[in-house]
Amino acid sequence: MSFCATELEARQAIARASEWLRASGLCQIRADEVEIALAEAINNVVEHAYSGPEMGSIRLLCSLRATHLDIRICDTGVPLPQNRLPPGLAADVNVPRADLPEGGFGWFLIRQLTSDIRYDRCGLINHLSLRFAFS
Amino acid sequence: MSLTSTVTGNARIVTVNAKRIDAAMAIQFKEDMRAETEQGPDRVILDLSSVAFIDSSGLGAIVAAMKQLDEHRQLDLAGLTPMVEKVFRLTRMDTVFNLFASLEDAEAAILG
Repeated sequence: MSFCATELEARQAIARASEWLRASGLCQIRADEVEIALAEAINNVVEHAYSGPEMGSIRLLCSLRATHLDIRICDTGVPLPQNRLPPGLAADVNVPRADLPEGGFGWFLIRQLTSDIRYDRCGLINHLSLRFAFS
Repeated sequence: MSLTSTVTGNARIVTVNAKRIDAAMAIQFKEDMRAETEQGPDRVILDLSSVAFIDSSGLGAIVAAMKQLDEHRQLDLAGLTPMVEKVFRLTRMDTVFNLFASLEDAEAAILG
């Protein structure tokens, strides 16, 4: 599916993709995990790849197999910094209340919940592939 | 308004009337929390039992809602659905907040 890179269209797309996965037989726990990672990946595109004033679009492909789920997210926004996946380290929460992090959890969650991630910049297109292996 | 609130006993109970706390509503949520918690008891309980989905923006908004309370006030969370609890657990935010299975449990808890 394709949709405009706005927060509201992203919300609808995330919910629709997750509904499809549940309807296709993915168990509740796995579907929850996929929805979390998918939301973080798509929100990153909305917030960072398309941070400028011009409206972009996002293409989402899901391929569900017996052993794994592959999700591919494509956009024509700016590339990831240094054309690389961010490390996604855990935020330190063992700090005074005033210093608690209010963001920076996204790539950490994606890395925790996927079995494999790949990022390719092809011409003007960002391709992010997320794999969820079923054990 | 995505939030409603009441005061019972020694706590203000804020109920989230939305299925999702996500990037599209995070800023509004933080502002609504400020309005709901400006006055009242030191303890605030956020009832999340209607929330089926939260993303990192929503999590950040809950952290921000706690940080905007005065230092001596506290924000406890009640009624986390499995998916919401997972996000708190993965990010270790479950160690920052008191989490209660239900609003009744939160109200019954005697906090030291």
